[in-house]
Order: sequence, then C-alpha cells, then structure tokens
Amino acid sequence: MLPVIWFCIVAVMIAMYVVLDGFDLGAGIVHLGVARNEDERRMVLKSIGPVWDGNEVWLLAGGGALYFAFPALYASSFSGFYLPLMIVLWLLILRGISVEFRNHIDNRIWKPLWDTVFCFSSALLAIFFGAALGNVVRGVPLNANGDFFLPLWTNFQPGPQPGILDWYTILTGVFAFLTLTLHGALWVNLKTENAIQARARSVARFAWFGVAALTVLVTIISFQIQTHLATSFQNLPLGYIFPALAIAGLAGMFVFLRKGADDKAFYASCAYILGMLTSVVFGVFPNVLPAVSDPNLSLTIHNASAPEYGLRIGLMWFTPGILLAASYTIFLYRKFAGKVQLEAGGH
Amino acid sequence: MESALAIHRFHFAFNITFHYIFVQLTLGLALLIFVLKTMAIKTGDERYNNAARFWAKIFAVNFALGVVTGIPMEFMFGTNWSRFSKAAGGVIGHTLGMEGLYSFFLESSFLGLLLFGEKILGRIGHWLAAGAVWIGSWLSAYLIVATNAWMQRPTGYTLGPDGEILLSSWWALVFNEWAFWQYLHTLLGGVVTGSFVVAGVGAFYLLLHKQEDMGRLFVRTGVIAGLIATVLVAFPTGDQQGMLVAKYQPATLAAMEGHFETGKAVPLAILGQPDVEQGRLDNPLLLPGVLSFITHKRWDAEVKGLDAFPRENWPDNIPLLYYAFHIMVGLGTIFIAVMALSAFQLWRGKLYSFKPLLWALLLMMPLPYVANTAGWMTTELGRQPWLIYGLMRTAEGTSPHVSSGNALFTLLGFMGIYSLLFMLGLFMIWREIDHGPASVDQPESPAGY
Repeated sequence: MLPVIWFCIVAVMIAMYVVLDGFDLGAGIVHLGVARNEDERRMVLKSIGPVWDGNEVWLLAGGGALYFAFPALYASSFSGFYLPLMIVLWLLILRGISVEFRNHIDNRIWKPLWDTVFCFSSALLAIFFGAALGNVVRGVPLNANGDFFLPLWTNFQPGPQPGILDWYTILTGVFAFLTLTLHGALWVNLKTENAIQARARSVARFAWFGVAALTVLVTIISFQIQTHLATSFQNLPLGYIFPALAIAGLAGMFVFLRKGADDKAFYASCAYILGMLTSVVFGVFPNVLPAVSDPNLSLTIHNASAPEYGLRIGLMWFTPGILLAASYTIFLYRKFAGKVQLEAGGH
Repeated sequence: MESALAIHRFHFAFNITFHYIFVQLTLGLALLIFVLKTMAIKTGDERYNNAARFWAKIFAVNFALGVVTGIPMEFMFGTNWSRFSKAAGGVIGHTLGMEGLYSFFLESSFLGLLLFGEKILGRIGHWLAAGAVWIGSWLSAYLIVATNAWMQRPTGYTLGPDGEILLSSWWALVFNEWAFWQYLHTLLGGVVTGSFVVAGVGAFYLLLHKQEDMGRLFVRTGVIAGLIATVLVAFPTGDQQGMLVAKYQPATLAAMEGHFETGKAVPLAILGQPDVEQGRLDNPLLLPGVLSFITHKRWDAEVKGLDAFPRENWPDNIPLLYYAFHIMVGLGTIFIAVMALSAFQLWRGKLYSFKPLLWALLLMMPLPYVANTAGWMTTELGRQPWLIYGLMRTAEGTSPHVSSGNALFTLLGFMGIYSLLFMLGLFMIWREIDHGPASVDQPESPAGY
C-alpha cells in the first residue's frame, strides 16, 4: 500500500511541477515573440518573477521524494538518462541566471542577450521534458540489474536499442513544446493588457489547433508503441476519467478563448495538462520504468521502492512540508493575482 | 585520469567545490546580516540598516549562484553514483529530501521578503525576515552536513539479506553524533569567510578614503565576529571533530598527520612532506608529544600509525590529504592571530588608521575560501577508500554504464558554464562594492516585482 501512496505522491508532485513551471517555461517560449519592447518584456518577466523559483521547488521536492521512496528507480533513470539530464541542468542554470541577472545592467546588448537566452533555454527545456516523457512511455533497454544507458540518438527508431531521441520521442518533445507554448500564451494573456495581450491571444489560438491535432496523433501512436497502456484502461475502466479530464480541458480552452474568459481558459489548460499526465501515469502503472525488451525486467513500484519503515517515516515529515509549500503557493498566487502593473518611471 | 572512476570523483569534487564557494559566504552573511538588523533595532542607528541592505544584495547574488550550482548536486548522486544511490538512497534520500522541501523553500520565500519587503513589513517584520533567512540557510546546511556525516559514520541502519542498506532509525540518521560537531565546525568556517569578507571590504573603503563611515562599521563588525568565529572554529569544534576522526577513522587521522609508525608520545608534524613509498615524513618540523596529547589528552599516549592498518584501507591520496589538512590548520592559526591583533587595535581605537593591518585584512579575503575548501578536502579524502565508511568502497559506487568519455564530456561542459558563472558573479559583486553602501535604497527586484 505504501509504495502505491508514494507513487501517487511523486506523480502529483511532477504533475504540479509541469502545470506550474510549465506556464513560466511557456512564457519564456513566447517571450521574444509577444513582447516587442522593453516595457512589454518587463511585463512578461514581472508576471512570472515572484513565482518561478517557487514553481521549481515542486521539481526538487518530487526529486527528493523519488530518491528515498524509489531509490532503485532514481539510480537507474538518472544514470541511464545521463546526457539529457546534464543538458537539462545546463539549461536550468542558464535560464535561472538570465532571469536573475537581466535587470542588473541597463544597456542595449545586455538585456536582449539575456532575453534570448531565457527564450531558447525555456524552449529547449520544454522539448527535453516532452522527450523524457516519451522515453518513459516507450520504455528503455533495462538489464537484469535494472540498469541501462541511452545515447542521445541511435538510428531514430524506437526499436530494441533506442536512443533518447527517436521519431516518437521527438514527436512527444514537439508536442510538449506546443502544449507549453499554449499554456504560457494563456498565462501571458491572463496577466497582461493591450497589444501584448492581443499577440499572446493569437499565439494561443494558433497553438490550440496544433495541440489538438497532436493530442490525437500522439495518443494513437502511444497506444501502439506501449501496449501496456491499453491493458491498464481495460483492467480498470474508471481510469477513463483522466483522459476525459484532458478532453474537457482541451474543449474548455477553445470555448473560453473564444468568449474572452481569460482566467477560465488558463485553468482549462491546467486541467488539460493534468489530465494528459495522469492518463500517462495511470497507463504505465504499476510500472515506473518499462523495459523495451523483456517486460519482466521493468522497474515497478514494488521492485524499485524502499522498505516500509522508510516510506512510513517519510510520510511524517513530507506531509507537513508539502502542506506548507502548498499553502505558501496559494498565498503567493493570491497576493500577485490580477493584471501585471509596471510601476511609473520604470527602473 | 582516463578511468571512469577518477573522472566521476573529479566531476563531483569540481561541482561541489565550486558550489561551496558561494554557499560558505551565504552561511556567514546570513548570520551577520541578522546581527546588523538586530543592532539597527537596538541602537536605532540607521547606518546598520544601510549596511544590512548592502550585504543583503551581495548575499542575493551569492545565493542565486549557490542555488543554480546546488541543483546539479542533487542530480549527481543519481547520474554519476547510481550504485551508491541504489544502495543508500533509502537512507540519505531522507535528509536530502527534507533539505529540498523545507529549507530551500523557506530561504527562497523569506529571501524575497528580506530583499524587497522592507517597506511593507516594517522594522520588526523585516528583522524577522532576516532571522528566517538565517535559520533557513543554517537548517539547510544541517541537513546536508548530516548526509555527509552519515557517509563518514553510518548509523541507524541494518543490512538486508543481499547486503542492501536499510534505514532502521530516522532519529539516529538525523541526530548523528558526528553531524553535531561537523555541523558547528562547518558553519563557523562559513562565519570566518563572512567576517573576513565584511572586514576586508571595510578595509578597502578605509584605504581608499571612500565611504569611510561604512568602512569603519564593516571593519568593526567583521573583526569582532571574526575573532569569535576563528577561535570557535578551532576550539572546541575543530578539536572535537578531530577526536571523532581519531575514534571512528583512526587510519584517516594517521594519514592526515603523516604519522606512519605506531608509537607512544607521538610528536605533531607542523611541516614536512609525506613519503608514502618509504613510509616516512621528509624534512619534518616536530612538536614533541603533541599529537598524543591532542588525540588522547595525555602526553605519552599511544597513537596508531598507518602501519597498524591494512594497506587497502589507507586513504588513497595520502599526500594531498596531509597537505589539505595542514593548509587548513595553518591558515586557521594565522586567522586567529590576525583577528586577535585587529581586535586589540580596535580596542585601542587605532585600527581604522593602522594601514598595515588594513592591508592585511584586505589581502586576506581569499584565504578563508582556501581554508574551507581544504577542510572539505580533508573530510572527503580522509573518508577514502570508502564512500560510506566501512560499508561501501568508492569504486563500488559509480554508475556502471556511464563511460569515462561521457563523464568527461559533462565535466568539461560544467567547467565552461561555471567559468562563465564565476566571471558574472565577480562582476556583479564588484559593481555593488564599487557603488558602495552609503546610499543603498530599496533595490528593484531582478524580475521587477
């Protein structure tokens, strides 16, 4: 029972991370396009400024929970996905300093430089996170020790010796990029006014069609690449509520974007992302990392979890901590609710 | 350096050494900023608030660099040391996870209030925010030190049927005897760095005849805090830490001291070069009986030399371990002397115009960084050849499928990015120092909120 609880906790943490950090990554993706002058750029940055590093705490907390609750999974996946994880770290570093250092110096090459770094690192992170999810769905070549190592690419085929990037994971990377572009555009649309808002809204309208098309395409292909997904939904049809949530979110975005209900459109995007991620997690369960060759080698919640004592005592300190983090998150978002205002006089 | 093991070790050492450059200053400044805020409330003197604002800005740059270089550390346990993580993740995942969840979040939320909330919070509220940043960063440090302490002296575990390490007592993990002294010693090392930096910047202003009012305040604060910290870091914390090494890692103690042959009334080597092949110390400068006294508090006590331990359990780089330890102790002694002399001149009211000492304070600013790094090298080289002392050897902990070529690729990548970060960080800090503290206003948030 405890491994199932911890599986759900880690899944929720990662889903929260994608929903929350997802919109600031998305805001980074659309940053150069929708914000054309210094005031508009500051508006985009100000909309995520108070919250973006808090959003990353969910990734750290999720990673920490993964470490002590499923040490075998943490060890296997982190060493197996060695190269992409290191590249993700470099991108997180560059993105972090571009936000922190941008406003320290006011001149014509400093700020555009960091704006560009911010935009590109955000875009690449979105693509990498999508490709990572694609790798988990497709599975990896685990050996009997539960280890593997993936090169960045091999022949771009999802066969028995895949790379991190094959045509399927590139597709999921593009899918994540579009999803977060839409998510970020809806956030900017919610938080700004006038010209920049109009641009964000038209980005969102275009991106929506791409996301809708890829939702259908990636879903069909995923069920063929990972047959376990279908088994999960057949075994427990209650699981269909997760895809239903995603479809409702997708439809909601379309309707609310038409109506100009900016806040509801953004919440619909959150629901869509939550629905898609929980669908994947439900479909993969009880595996946590499927093996491509022999299903018996897959890492599951049972063979990858820590013993009961550690999981039980972990609940004791994790629960209050996460409640505290959640209430702080709510407090922060309420405090900075509403449209972003630039203070008069600028810098 | 062509073997994967050597590259994984150097990779981790490089990343964590660089990370700790920023961390040690934030640990020291967190306390000193809180002291300045407290003085501002007690005396009602606005200059203390100015000083606190100035150092909070320097703190913020260091903190940001500490966070972005710290996140890779949490990843590297899994990426480069997967066999270690698989075996021990169920234990140290607790302390590392708690650090990630509680402390990081405490610090980053309250740091925003400290930097940008002075007007909203009022005097007492802002003082509390400074206190929260101090407590948060020191709590964070405790959980990291406790993780390292468990690797130095594992407690609260049982071994499973296949030799896996199972957590059996969370309390024993968190309240490890080793963690207590190592924590105080480490944190005081951070305060030493903070004190030297504050005093050094003050000396810089005094020598330049620029912002001299603030310069005097910085020198005074740095010297008083520095005298207390340099003494406490040696005694009792460093001394007690040494006793723990003598008790739990006797081979390490012998290697640190360059002590090859077991004997009674053993002298302490102040200088000399260990010759591991011949098993002796070349060109020694010895204090008779002192090693016996400091390890067992008796002048004629027996101290085991390296010959008492099987060769495969000797630390694998004895000369570097010996030098790291001696550099730390040597610098620590010089720090006490300089701070004591400065405090004496301060008490006589002559320090602010006594140029040789101001120059010394200015030029010594990099040395606490060297001493702290050497201290951590002593800890980590001293634990060799074990990754978890007595339980798992370092060679057994690496990721089996990450080849030396891939590890070297990411090491070089980090070296490139960190060089960039280092230059940017120095540049930002220099700008703050050059601009000076006299007219520091409420800063604009980097993200403009």
